[in-house]
Amino acid sequence: MAEIKIKINGQEYIGKRGQTILEVAKDNSIDIPTLCEHSDLEPKASCRLCLVSISGRKGFFTACSTLIEEGMDIQTDSEEIKALRKKNLELLFAQHIERCNTCVREFNCQFLKLARDYGVNLKKYEDRKTNYPKFNFGPSIYFDSSKCIDCRNCIEICEKQRVGFLELEEHQSFWEVMPSKNFKKDCVYCGQCILHCPAGAFMEIDSVSDVEAALKDKNKYVIFQVAPSIRTALGEEFNLPYGTNILGKLFSALHKIGAYKAFDVSVSADITTIEEANELIERITQKKTLPMFTSCCPAWVKYVEFYAPEFIPNLTTVRSPQIILGGLSKTYFAEIDKIQPQKIVVVSLMPCTAKKYEISRPELNINGLLPIDYVLTTRELARLFKKYNIKLDELEPEAGDAPWSEPTGAGIIYGASGGVTESAMRTAAYKLSGQKIKQIDFKELRGMEHIKEATINLGDIELKVAMVNGLGNAKKLLEILKKEPHKYDYIEVMACYGGCIGGGGQPIPTTEAIRHLRAQGLYDIDLEKSERIADESPAIQKLYQEFLNQEEARHKVCHTAYFTKTKENKFE
Amino acid sequence: MADIISKLKEANLLGRGGAAFPTGLKWESVAKASGEKKYVICNASEGEPNVFKDDYILEHYAAEVVEGIVLAMETIGAAEAYIYLNPHYFDKYEIKLKEIIDDKPIHLFKKPPYYIGGEETVACNLIEGKKMEPRQKPPFISEVGLFGCPTLMNNVETFYYVNKINKGEYKTTRFYSVNGEVNNPGVYELSAEATIADVLNQTNNFPNFNFFIQVGGGASGEILLADEINQPVKGAGSITVYNQETADPYKIMANWADFFLNGNCDKCVPCREGIYRLREIILKRELKKEELESLFNVLEKASFCALGRGATAPFRGLITKVLKAY
Repeated sequence: MAEIKIKINGQEYIGKRGQTILEVAKDNSIDIPTLCEHSDLEPKASCRLCLVSISGRKGFFTACSTLIEEGMDIQTDSEEIKALRKKNLELLFAQHIERCNTCVREFNCQFLKLARDYGVNLKKYEDRKTNYPKFNFGPSIYFDSSKCIDCRNCIEICEKQRVGFLELEEHQSFWEVMPSKNFKKDCVYCGQCILHCPAGAFMEIDSVSDVEAALKDKNKYVIFQVAPSIRTALGEEFNLPYGTNILGKLFSALHKIGAYKAFDVSVSADITTIEEANELIERITQKKTLPMFTSCCPAWVKYVEFYAPEFIPNLTTVRSPQIILGGLSKTYFAEIDKIQPQKIVVVSLMPCTAKKYEISRPELNINGLLPIDYVLTTRELARLFKKYNIKLDELEPEAGDAPWSEPTGAGIIYGASGGVTESAMRTAAYKLSGQKIKQIDFKELRGMEHIKEATINLGDIELKVAMVNGLGNAKKLLEILKKEPHKYDYIEVMACYGGCIGGGGQPIPTTEAIRHLRAQGLYDIDLEKSERIADESPAIQKLYQEFLNQEEARHKVCHTAYFTKTKENKFE
Repeated sequence: MADIISKLKEANLLGRGGAAFPTGLKWESVAKASGEKKYVICNASEGEPNVFKDDYILEHYAAEVVEGIVLAMETIGAAEAYIYLNPHYFDKYEIKLKEIIDDKPIHLFKKPPYYIGGEETVACNLIEGKKMEPRQKPPFISEVGLFGCPTLMNNVETFYYVNKINKGEYKTTRFYSVNGEVNNPGVYELSAEATIADVLNQTNNFPNFNFFIQVGGGASGEILLADEINQPVKGAGSITVYNQETADPYKIMANWADFFLNGNCDKCVPCREGIYRLREIILKRELKKEELESLFNVLEKASFCALGRGATAPFRGLITKVLKAY
């Protein structure tokens, strides 16, 4: 690529054609403040904080949207620029109601940091948004529009997801971000709005205090279960490098705060894999509905149920890993541990806001109990630990608890886009070949491309698979299927970019580069595992011998149904 | 093709929408731009208060305007054109324009009733069914405009005069909207080189009281005192006369602020929040220099598009010249 020489604040730097001033500055650790900029979105240049000046050109330019040109001489921090940024910040804070103590950005607020850096008087003007409305989207997402700074990132990402639930509505000479009143549009709870909001206007509906109460209740047994993708993301909340596997320290922290048991959802991911592989083989051999869609992503499931119910028969009936493990805790485990299922509180630690919605689905009920009581996102978990003064990075690692803390590598990679498919292919190859073929690495299934395709040869069967990350891409795939219904046999969909490692419950910031590092962390763990095929797990083999061999139990714990949905989030 | 462009250059026709960009140069750049398809847009959004000349031209000379559009399409090689009308004009002229257009590939588009809709990239977005927001420039619409194609956008009056120039009938005139406290309000076609005083005199509107005027647009136009009117009329060609003794400057400013606040797109911070705070100050009638100047400064230098950048001029003029607040 062509190299371009530019100057920033008198120093020479080399950039590439097509790069923006901001990109070159970032590459060279030159600080230019931004709020509305995000690697997933087109530059909007609306916050006007990244203003710079260019010698020989009149006026000021936004670094996020100005491409570099040969010989450009750029100033990023003159007194005049600083004054303009400060005024913009004053104006931004005049619309944003500060609720810092209950904010998702409490420990990590770029906005507040800029106020400090530029000496902004937060109370310079009377707050404009004092009585602005607040919304709950299902049991998942909380939108406090009085914190909104109108950058419209949420609208853009919601449109990119082809959900379009967030839109502009005119209120007394202002265009405000509002949930859509259109009965054909509804939130699917993916939580990408949270990751792309620079002002903390969106956050998860908080369950931290509920979990604290359960921990204090002496009549309850609190079982924590950890999602695959948490282990390489949570560390970020404690200033550890991106992609660091902190599972051992996480188990140790859970024991410290009073967990009765700490299980690993990667174990039940292995069950999902086995059940899905069985169902896929059955659908192929008995010529039932194909392609089969994965259903472990609850935002995707809601998307199908609301936006594309004609595809409901394509969804695998297998429950997601968190639901299976919760169900097992309240049945099989309660029995062997001799505790009453009613006294068990299962807290699921998830990268996801849609998982909060999933646990509320009544059809998941087993013997009068829902499998999961609370979901905490990665961010909420960090908040919980901080409340308990846990210094995660300083803890000695501990193992999780028997019987469900030793997953195979297959269960770990569930957290990355393509991981569910790869796990299923490992199992399918193993089953179809009579356990002779142990193909482990399906590298063609990995990566961050939005739609990946592969043809997998499994003995006599040639399996055409597709993996999609990002709901907008799923919509594209559904359009392809309407024209070519037999193009694929198996389709994995993850609503969030990069899969669960980029989930709406993950630490902020979540960017393209960060998602890549979190995913790499998971593949590194997989490589170190001695068992990397779900069927090889001793814990799973035991379960299938002792419990899941009973058809009724297996059906109750591992399978579910889906229903056409009408709009759930109506606001007047 | 080169013929009409050189005629436009020779006539030194400047865009009559307000920005006064040389029409010949604009046509040339779109004609030269590479693209499989090109578009022409006739801007009939006329969104500012006190400017009615496009209304007048559409009422009396719609056929000539359409001829100008057709000429543009032939010159730049455009397959299609749009006449981009504010909702009031759309309702008023739809039937008439459709008759004139007949089977020519010229479409009518009803724009929403917001001032920002008149900005050229916003017009492209709205015709494409996208958000009412300006686009980053560059690229300019002459290269990447409507549906990503090179696009020529001119004002109604500009197309009217293009036709005149082509026929050799251009007499270096333009249309003036004269209103406010005058005896003979209306739209007048007079010499393009006339001074403000000339226009007021020739239309029998020269005030016999202490006055100030707003020129070039009833919101973003400049404020001039009686001793500053020996200069040509700028912007969209409007002259609004105010009586120095009876006019309430705060009320005038509040109207501007309301107009901009309602008419902007709320995309960028300075324009959305800055104008809101400016309005607050005006309603409180507490003019503090430091605060006002810091708002003007951020609006002028940090706004995304020309709406915010240009919104300060009338306030600044009224506050310093008429109110003499500082």
